Amino acid sequence: MKQVLHLRVNGQDHAVYVPAHKTLLEVLREDLNLTGTKHGCELGECGACAVLVDGEPVLACLALPIELQGREITTIEGLADGATPHPLQTAFAELGAAQCGYCTPGVLMTAKALLDHNPHPSREEIRHALAGNLCRCTGYAKIYEAVERAAENAKMPK
Amino acid sequence: MSQLANFQSPISNLQSPTSIIGQRIPKLDAMDKATGRAEYGHDARLPGMLVGKILYARVPHARIVSIDVSRARKLPGVKAVITGADNPARKFGYGMDNTPLKHDKVRCYRDEVAAVAAIDEDTAEEALDLIQVEYAELPAIFDPAAALAEGAPLIHEDKKSNLFTRYNYSHGEPARAFDSADVVVEDDYALPYVTHSAMETSFCLAAFDLQGRLTLWSTTQIPFLLQRDLSEALGIPGRDIRVIQPAIGGAFGRGLDVYPFEPIAALLAKASGKPVRVAFTRDEEFMASATRQPARVHIRSAAKRDGTLWARDARLLLDAGAYISWGAVTPLVMMETVASLHRVPHARFDADVVYTNNPPTGAMRGYGNPQSTFFVETQMDVLAEKLGIDPVEFRLLNANRPNEETPQGLKITSCGLRECITEAAERIGWERRSQVTGKPQSPISNLQSPIRRGIGIACTINVGGGARIYRSDGCGATVKVDDFGRVTLVTGSTEIGQGSETALAQIVAEALGVRVEDVAVINSDTSIKPWDVGTHASRTTFIAGNAAWIAAQDARRQILESVAQGFKVSPDSLDIRDRMIFAKDDSIKPVAFDRAVRAMHYREGGVVVIGNGWYDPPTKLVDKDTYKGNISAAYGFGAQAVEVEVDVETGKVRVLKIVAAHDVGRAINPMYVEGQIEGGIQMGVGYALTEELQVRDGRVLNPTFLDYRVPTALDMPQIETVIVETADPEGPFGAKGVGEMGVTPTAPAIANAIYDAIGVRLTRLPMTGERVLKAIREKK
Repeated sequence: MKQVLHLRVNGQDHAVYVPAHKTLLEVLREDLNLTGTKHGCELGECGACAVLVDGEPVLACLALPIELQGREITTIEGLADGATPHPLQTAFAELGAAQCGYCTPGVLMTAKALLDHNPHPSREEIRHALAGNLCRCTGYAKIYEAVERAAENAKMPK
Repeated sequence: MSQLANFQSPISNLQSPTSIIGQRIPKLDAMDKATGRAEYGHDARLPGMLVGKILYARVPHARIVSIDVSRARKLPGVKAVITGADNPARKFGYGMDNTPLKHDKVRCYRDEVAAVAAIDEDTAEEALDLIQVEYAELPAIFDPAAALAEGAPLIHEDKKSNLFTRYNYSHGEPARAFDSADVVVEDDYALPYVTHSAMETSFCLAAFDLQGRLTLWSTTQIPFLLQRDLSEALGIPGRDIRVIQPAIGGAFGRGLDVYPFEPIAALLAKASGKPVRVAFTRDEEFMASATRQPARVHIRSAAKRDGTLWARDARLLLDAGAYISWGAVTPLVMMETVASLHRVPHARFDADVVYTNNPPTGAMRGYGNPQSTFFVETQMDVLAEKLGIDPVEFRLLNANRPNEETPQGLKITSCGLRECITEAAERIGWERRSQVTGKPQSPISNLQSPIRRGIGIACTINVGGGARIYRSDGCGATVKVDDFGRVTLVTGSTEIGQGSETALAQIVAEALGVRVEDVAVINSDTSIKPWDVGTHASRTTFIAGNAAWIAAQDARRQILESVAQGFKVSPDSLDIRDRMIFAKDDSIKPVAFDRAVRAMHYREGGVVVIGNGWYDPPTKLVDKDTYKGNISAAYGFGAQAVEVEVDVETGKVRVLKIVAAHDVGRAINPMYVEGQIEGGIQMGVGYALTEELQVRDGRVLNPTFLDYRVPTALDMPQIETVIVETADPEGPFGAKGVGEMGVTPTAPAIANAIYDAIGVRLTRLPMTGERVLKAIREKK
């Protein structure tokens, strides 16, 4: 059965008319046209669809929008500050942390949550934070370097 | 020695590069990918687009008695339901044995028996449930040895047996060599099913225009061959098929074959009159995309007392599954490792490729090489131990050298294998390795604890200058320069995430004396780009790089000739650097690059600047009887040294560090060379320790990431990449391909390190805790 849901995504309010069983991943991609959040497994195993809900990483393929009304949802499209990329985005681009790039939005959102909680994580803390985000291209090495670079750059005054 | 002195490069491009080659330049699409803007197939939407879903067989081998689609057709929202009965059985694929939808019988659980197109996912799935298929089961064969037995039921009745093909290769006198050797070892090895596990599942979107022409958006790696394959499968002329590749979320060889879902999407689009997308679910991806061939191997190796590697003899049984894909050609690569990795005076290789009712196998990164490097390089260590020679020393003694032709006919030009071995061994701290292999007395193990440490090494040879498995190994390119100095490279090659388009932009920028940001790369549409074989065999930087270089040189010549004419000087006296054209002797006032191009447009008898390039390497198809010949214009080499920890109480193996030293000729962009090697190692670690598609009685039992076990961030060791540069004479700026060889030596290096740690030799992948523990107990 369809119903109207009120969702706040990337600082903007949306009313969507969708079946109650639709996942957040489906609603983001199909109803809000926010296709930066990726479909990887729809089983909560790969992290490709990670978004932030009130600043915490959540797997959009397992989340139901009906339960997220009134919460602050942030997707990859909301990571940059207007035209200014987030330091994580710059670091990922500059250090070759994205190859095919399909896991990248989920990795970036998870890494943002990490840096927001822990601005100077150790390599070990980064590995643990990203353990739920599968990447098949990079062997994770450049991803760690990019998260470290972003943490480093965020420290420096602009 | 071969005729290598005469092996002249058509492209004398070894002059020292200036500022762009060798730079860590971010990918052209890096920001698109970091912002979620990159458009993948899954993101594509067309007006009126329907969702296509496929019904697979419920039994592994059966006659189809009837298919009743009447209820599915009546479901509201269903726009088309198709079966093999509605569509003439057009054969396609490498073995010409597959059809889009199965009409007469099914041969594996992966077989497509019907398909629907509906307004949404839920409706399409509901419609599949309403289709009734009646089967008359046939005896099924899941064991390739049983498939060869006399009287075995035929998987394909139109063939005489279940043997698809048999490869018999030899050089030297392998039969006698084992008698004249001092040391002989022999073992059986078993390699599992593994699969690409690209993060984006297989995808296509098919749409017909009003003239009946098909456009297919696809995750393929072979857009032009796909035109031909689809033409065969659909009975549409190739000229009426256009293939578009959106951003591709990983491929790793998956896209080298046409799959039934692609013609099925087109048939659904035809039947419904609407665009139809087919996007695999993850379990469908595990079940219905290709796998690397599992292999059973018996191999003997022999050496002389002085440490000379003397002979190898490998017998393989390869399970192709129910249909033959390009994966059936992987023995060509497997035999290359057996016959040409290190100097081998005598070699024999026999492989049977067999039909079974198992899932069809295909091409996957390394294309046979991960399998053969595992058993060849593991057995190198067994041999070294029996000889009482250090494994590094043994390899250094026998390693391939530059400028020699192997008995198989591989013309090795640049070769840094010995440097790779030395670098890897030094940086892992080889001297810390136990001197007495086989005894857990390594100085780096603390015997009070259940944790043992060990160090191992393995090498690889891989094609690095294309691979002529088709009659052409060519790639086309054009370089256009516009009025503002914007350069557009249109290349036949495909970007699948590896960063090749950025390497190509660097090559073009270097050739034209402009900046990388001045170069746009167009590579996604068969209706625009010139022909290419496809992205496979680590060939793109080498082959497409040379084609792009030739095209850029052509454009450069046109511009310089125009400027030279105006100044009445010789074009040879001019050069371009950082967007300025100048005379090497300062005889003219420098002219801006864009201005020079404008001048060619704004004049009587003007011309447009378009450079053309075509590169097909100086290689040959291997001889069809002997399998000898120079398949690639260059060969990549590498050595990986690994340190592991093994818990002897649980069998759990933890890889602590991998040093990967690879001879890449020259790194056009070291950042993405490292990326290829690091990503390859991740697949190698998975192949070694965790990944296995569990196929029982033809059925995939673990079609999820959780059960299949791609290595996560926590499973990966520290990786130290060492780029060894040997400046290949034929490669663009000396570059050789690097896409596959990161994966090939990882598993044997880990196996050799495990042996060093606990004195137990594992011959079956993956080396799970359970198997390691079992092997420890069996040894006791």
